[in-house]
Parts: sequence; C-alpha cells; structure tokens
Amino acid sequence: MNDFKTNYVVTRSSRASTVAMVSGIAVLAVLIAAPWWAGRADLRLMAELFLYLSLASLWNLMAGYAGLVSVGQQAYVGFGGYLLFALTMFAGIHPVAALGIVAVLGAIVSIPVAALVFRLRGAYFAIGTWVVAEVFRLSFAQVSVLGGGSGTSLPTKVVKSMASGRQAREWLSYWLALALVIIVIACVFLFLRSRKGLALSAIRDNELAAGSLGINIWWTKFTVYVVTASLTTVVGALIFLQKLRISPDAAFSVNDWTAFVIFIVVIGGIGSLEGPIIGTLVFFALRETLADLGTAYLIALGLVAIVVMLKAPQGLWGIIRSRWDIQFFPLGYRVKGSSLNPSTTGRSKMGRSTLGSTDMGSTEMGASEMGRLEDSSNKKPTENSD
Amino acid sequence: MPEPILRTNNLTAWYGDFQALFGLDLELSDGEVIAIIGANGAGKSTLLRSIAGLNQSNSNQIWFRGNDIGALRADQIAQQGIALVPEGRQLFASLSVEENLIIGARSGRPGKWQLSSVYKLFPVLEERRHVPATELSGGQQQMVAIGRALMSNPELILFDEISLGLAPIIIKSIYEALPGIVDQGISAIIVEQDISKALSVSSRFYCLQEGKVALQGESRTAEREDISRAYFGVVQDEACHEGQI
Amino acid sequence: MNWINALVQGVLLGGLYALFAAGLSLIFGVMRLVNIAHGDLIVLAAYMGLSTTIMLGIHPLLACVVVIPLMALFGYVLQRGILNQTLGDDILPPLLVTFGLSVIIQNALLEAYSADPQKMNVGILETASLSVGGLSIGVLPLLTFIVAVFVIGGLHWMFYHTGLGRAFRAVSDNQEIAQLMGLNKRHVFGLAMALSLAVTAIAGLLLGVRTNFDPSIGGARLIFGFEAVIIGGLGNLWGTLVGGIVLGVAQTIGAQINPGWQLLAGHLTFLLVLAVRPRGLFPRMTG
Repeated sequence: MNDFKTNYVVTRSSRASTVAMVSGIAVLAVLIAAPWWAGRADLRLMAELFLYLSLASLWNLMAGYAGLVSVGQQAYVGFGGYLLFALTMFAGIHPVAALGIVAVLGAIVSIPVAALVFRLRGAYFAIGTWVVAEVFRLSFAQVSVLGGGSGTSLPTKVVKSMASGRQAREWLSYWLALALVIIVIACVFLFLRSRKGLALSAIRDNELAAGSLGINIWWTKFTVYVVTASLTTVVGALIFLQKLRISPDAAFSVNDWTAFVIFIVVIGGIGSLEGPIIGTLVFFALRETLADLGTAYLIALGLVAIVVMLKAPQGLWGIIRSRWDIQFFPLGYRVKGSSLNPSTTGRSKMGRSTLGSTDMGSTEMGASEMGRLEDSSNKKPTENSD
Repeated sequence: MPEPILRTNNLTAWYGDFQALFGLDLELSDGEVIAIIGANGAGKSTLLRSIAGLNQSNSNQIWFRGNDIGALRADQIAQQGIALVPEGRQLFASLSVEENLIIGARSGRPGKWQLSSVYKLFPVLEERRHVPATELSGGQQQMVAIGRALMSNPELILFDEISLGLAPIIIKSIYEALPGIVDQGISAIIVEQDISKALSVSSRFYCLQEGKVALQGESRTAEREDISRAYFGVVQDEACHEGQI
Repeated sequence: MNWINALVQGVLLGGLYALFAAGLSLIFGVMRLVNIAHGDLIVLAAYMGLSTTIMLGIHPLLACVVVIPLMALFGYVLQRGILNQTLGDDILPPLLVTFGLSVIIQNALLEAYSADPQKMNVGILETASLSVGGLSIGVLPLLTFIVAVFVIGGLHWMFYHTGLGRAFRAVSDNQEIAQLMGLNKRHVFGLAMALSLAVTAIAGLLLGVRTNFDPSIGGARLIFGFEAVIIGGLGNLWGTLVGGIVLGVAQTIGAQINPGWQLLAGHLTFLLVLAVRPRGLFPRMTG
C-alpha cells in the first residue's frame, strides 16, 4: 500500500477535463448569446435539444447510476406540464414563478409514488412506474377544467404575461431551457461527486458490498428518485410552456418522454455524464436528417439501440473513452503511475467488481476505491520515480 | 500403459479475475479412482468445475476418451459421460426427490443406473421419493445428489466434498456405498478435505497447492509428512520431487 | 342486476388478461426475463391472425393453426438469436433490448397496416349470447375465459408433469447445475420463449376477434398482463388467473360507476394490492 501511494498520483481532473472546462465556458457564452446569432427555428430546436438533454441526464442518473430503470418518467413530464397550466390559468401565477412551485410539487408527489414502486425490483419496477404514469394520464383526462381527454391551450393572457412581445417570449423560453439544462447537469455532476453520489457508485458497483459498508441503499435511491422527479417535472413544465398546448396523450406519452430518452442514453453511453450529451446530439442529428422517413426512422432507432446494447453496452461515449482515455467531467479518480503493470491493474488488483461496469480496463477508478485511496483530488503530483 | 480416460493438458482456470489453476497436468486411467487433496483455495473445486465445463477452458486443455472436450459447454460434456456431484449438493429445490433423479437421466445415456438401481443403493430415497428434495436431511440430500449424477450413467464421476457438513456416521455410510459405484467400471475423481478418507478410497492422489500440483503419488504408500508439507506449502519443490519418485 | 352483470363480465374479461399474463409469467419464472415487448407481440399476433384470415379466407379462430406455430418459431429464434445474449446479472440489457424490440414491432406494424383500427370478424359468434338467470353472457367472452382456464391448466400440467416442465423448473432453480444434467440452457430458454409466444398468439387472436386493435395498443396489454401477474403473485400460474380476474372485475366495476374510470379503477386496484400485499395474493417466488 505504501508503495502504491508514493509511486502513483491519484487525481480527479485530467488535461481533457481542464480543456473541457475552458471550452465549456466558451460554448456556454456562445449559447447564451444564441438569440443574437440564431434564427427563430434554430432557437426553438436548441431549446428542445436542451430539454431532451435534461431528461436524458436525469434518466441516466437514475438508471445508469442508481439502477432505477424507470419507463414511467412521462408521469412527471406530463404532471409538470399540467401543473404549469393549472397554476398560471387558475392561480394567476407568473409562468416563471410557477416553475419553482412545480419543482416542489413534483418532489412531493414523487414521495408516495416512490414508496409504492420501490416495492418492485428490477424490470418489475420499470413496468410499475409505467402503471403510475398511466394513472396520471387517466386522472388528468378526467379533469374537465383542463380540457379532459382532449386537452387545453394556454390562454393568450397567460402567454402574454410571460414577456412583452413574441421575440422576448421566445428568447425567454430559450434561456429558461438553457438555464434548466445547466442546472440539471450541474445537479447530477455535484450529486455524483457528493458523499451520496459516491455511495451511489458503490451501489452500482456492488449492491451487496455497499450494503455491508453501511450505505443505506434504500434512502440513497429514494433521494435520487425524488430529486429526479422534481427536476423532470420542471422539464415537463418548460416543454409545454413552449408548446402552449397540452393533452393527456401528448403529456404522458411513453414514446416521446421515455422511449426516445432511453435511446439517447443507451446510444450515447449509459452510466457516464458525457453519454447523454453525445446521445442527444446524435438523436437530433438523425431526427433532423431522417425524420421524413417516419416509422422507418423509429425502426432504425430501435435497431441501433439494440445493437449498441448488445455489442457496445457503454455506448458511443464508451467507445470514444476507451480509445482515447478521456473524460470531460472529472468524476472518477485517475491513477497516473510511472510503472503501472497492466496485468495487475487491469485484471486482479482492480477487478471488475470494484471498478464498475463503465470503467473496465481503463485506468480510471470507480468511487468504491475511495476507501483505499484518500481523497487527494487537490494533491499535486508527489513523485515520479522514472 | 493404456490411453488414459481423462487427461488435462496445461490446464488453466480463472475464478472471476483471479487465476485459480496454473497449468495443471493430470491423468486418470479407465476404472481408476483418484483423490485430489489440498488446502482451501488450492483449486480443487475449480479443477472439477473445469472438467465438468462449468469453468471455461480452451481446446486441447482437457481430453476425455480421446476427444478434446476443453472448449465444450457443460451440457455437451455431460452428454459425453462426465457427471459432477457438486459441492453443497445443489439439488433442484422445486423438484421432488424422484424428479431430481429423473432429470439426472436427461442426457439419455444407456446403462445400469436407473431409478430402481439408485433406490437399491439408497433405499431411504424410495420411501421419500415424492418429497421436495430440499426437505430431506443433509445426508439424504447427498444421496440424491450422488444418485442424480449416477442416473446419467457416467463413465467418469466427479465428487466434490461429499462429506462436507455431514455427521461422521452419515459420511461413513456414504463412503461405504462408494465401492458399489466404482466397481461398475466407473472412473472417479474425489475431492475431499478429509485426507485419510480420500486416500483410503483412491489408488492415486494429487495434492494441489495454489493452483499447481505440489505432490502426487500412490495413495497406499503416501507419506503423511510429505503430504502435510505439500499441503501447507513448506519446501514445495522438495515435496514435489520426492513425490514423483 | 347491473352490478352482478358487471361482476360476471369482469370475471370473463379477466380470462383475457390472464392470457396476456401467462406468457409473461412463464418466461419470468424460467429465466427472470421481463419482456417489455410482450404487449406488442400480442398485437403482432392479432395482425398475423388478420392477414391469415384474409389470405387463406379462413375463420379467424382457425387462424390459430398458422399463427401459433409461427409465433412459437419467432419466439425460439428471438430468444436464441438476441435475448439469450442479454441474460445475466445486469437487468439493463434485457430491459432495453426488449424495449427496443417493442418500438420496432410497433412501427413495423404501423408501416405494414397503418394506424387504422382493425378487427377480425367472427360472424354470428360476435353477438351470440347465453341467457343465464336473467344475465346475458356473450359466447365470445365465455369462450375466451374457457380457453384461458385450459391454457393455464395446460401450462400448469406441463410445468409439473412433463420432462419439459422439469427442465424449466430445474433451469429456473439453478442454471449452472441444470447444465450438468445435459440441459442446454440456451435451448431451454428458447423453448420457454416459444411456449410463451404460443400463448401470446392465442391471446392476440382472442383480442383481435373481441375488440378493435391498432399498432399502438401493445403497451396497455403489457401493463394489464403485468398487473395480473403481480396481483396474483409471482411464479404462480393459477394466481395469475385470479390476478386477471381481479383486474377484470375492477375494470368493469369502475366502468359501471363512471365509463371514464374503467382503466383507472384497474390500475388503482393494482396499486392497492401492491401497497397492501407487495408480493401479490398468492406468491411463490421473489422478484
């Protein structure tokens, strides 16, 4: 062990992640300024992309890190949309202010739901969440003041209250979507770096071992579920604030808000922060070029997802990372050694059970290695023998 | 010397990410009973699992009756006539005693062993034939596990720790049944913690240590001292050398 | 009287739901696989029935002679070609692959048959009904229920009294040791999926003669089947029949109160069972 510490340097950041941070800030500046350089259609498309990226990042947090594979997140998307309509239409609350209330109500509603669906495990959990989404859909279809089964439009009065002038409203929508995606990614990133996040990685790597280390699995998963639900509700509110029209079938669509999101995450790379970003870009690129094909496009998407799952379960990002050993979000711990022996690091010393499924073979370590290596993310390189 | 019924050739095996066998060479002649002894973690069970196909091996690493079975799947190896009595019995919980035996005959190999002959060997099983297998006592479960393996009419039977967790009197009665099994010309490999028991029923033995053969020889003339040296890894080279004389 | 009628109709409807559920229950029991595409496979069978009736000009119920073997074959090929690769400790691959399959089947049906609702015409059988003690019982729902009882009884018998059933149980208990018996688990899993889709074919044909169907309704059928399985208790085939009946009765009673509440009442009953008895009414194995 002593040997290990003096010869190797453990850091969180890498040159790639530093470069990524700098260029990230640049990209962000460009994106904030988009209303001045992009056309109206592009602005709308980008806002939609941000909202999908938010959904994908959140789903990835649940499925890729907490092992909660939900196919019922449309429950929260639709709930958020309907809440926004109800709050603005009947309580006269400003749409932007309503977003905050939506987030709180989304979290509150998700608590009893979690208590219920957490009784199901694995794939049964997945279908259970779908049932809940159906209950939401059928319930909102019963609410006649919100248009019942055929839905309703956001009154012009409410739309106008958002901002004066159509352009201002569109800019505001765009910035809200951009702000939300930044909040979501930051939340996921910070969460994964927190103690709870480390516990989460430990669970993913080995639930039994995590349990024996005293990590309360149930509470950690519960927290993830509630936080995700809350943020998903806000995404839903923004989606329908853009659409200005809502109906039960559109609001609680399993295809739009879950199937596509799952495909994005799987194709991009599940269990990594970068995966959903790549996946969303690929998804939109394909959609913009192939959408005319209609059903054939969806069949192709399904096929691609299956092939990726079977042949490259780490997705596009996994392929990129294993080829160039880079990461943009400094999440894992990296070992830089002067004389790393690949046979001991790759196979026996850091077996798959401790490394987690995403980190096979690379020199990046899962958080469960934390116990052995103290948090030295701020340490400077100490010594290099060669 | 006749062609051995079983031969391993530089056999390697992995247990998860850890290597458990390091180039093991072993031979077994037709009708012979050999014992594999060694400390916990020496690779005894892994060896049996590799032969039975539960652990992945490569072609040319295991030969059975002149056929290369190294790369075959477990079910294909079972069809060829190798049966394993696994450690801890591992009966099918949702099958009755009789169903556990019947499923042992699944590979459809002809021979002497069938329900009636197994019941003759272990009469108590016939009385309890319709009981769920896991409701039996440990010793009776072990009888089912042995009977289940016999039902496939194997040419080679592998016993993994059959006395584990059983009362001495039960162990005695099970070992008394052993000659009745191997008299039929079946070859056997016995993995056993109890060295004297293992040596008493075998003609030759291999002592494993950390995935390698540390000592091998005739069971009758085996020297206790050599074995304990090989067993615990003291002066390993010497032990191996002496054993091969 | 209306309530008794609703109850009887609900029980009969439960037969159909039990058929949706039986295939799902079977493959979960044997290989712990939850097939998200199950509902879409039911709809696929209905369309296969439709095409068979049109092409061969035969009665829809006779179409089973073609559809059942075809679906069984499809199941075997699907399992050996794709699904076997997804089985393991990780639950994501089977889930996501069958989810992808679901989207593929749905859109392929959309491409081939359009989104227009279809229905198979069974002539006189459609409206025929028996009058029992003042109740009017449709022959078709009754037939469905009887088929469901026979299918579940048959599956139960197969499971506990045949070599194949023994193999299924052995593989379910312990895959590794089952291989030592000379059982090729990939083949056994293929057979389980074939059987599951054979039952699915029956369910799809009965669905297709009873109601309108279109490519989008698979998801709801999956949910009904799933609810029946959970209400009845995992791994218990007769429990699944009871689960189907509970669901069916909940739906018809709900519809009796308010036509808009049919599905909602079913889902809420399911959630209630989940809250009170998380392992279902007659559990046999843990999920």
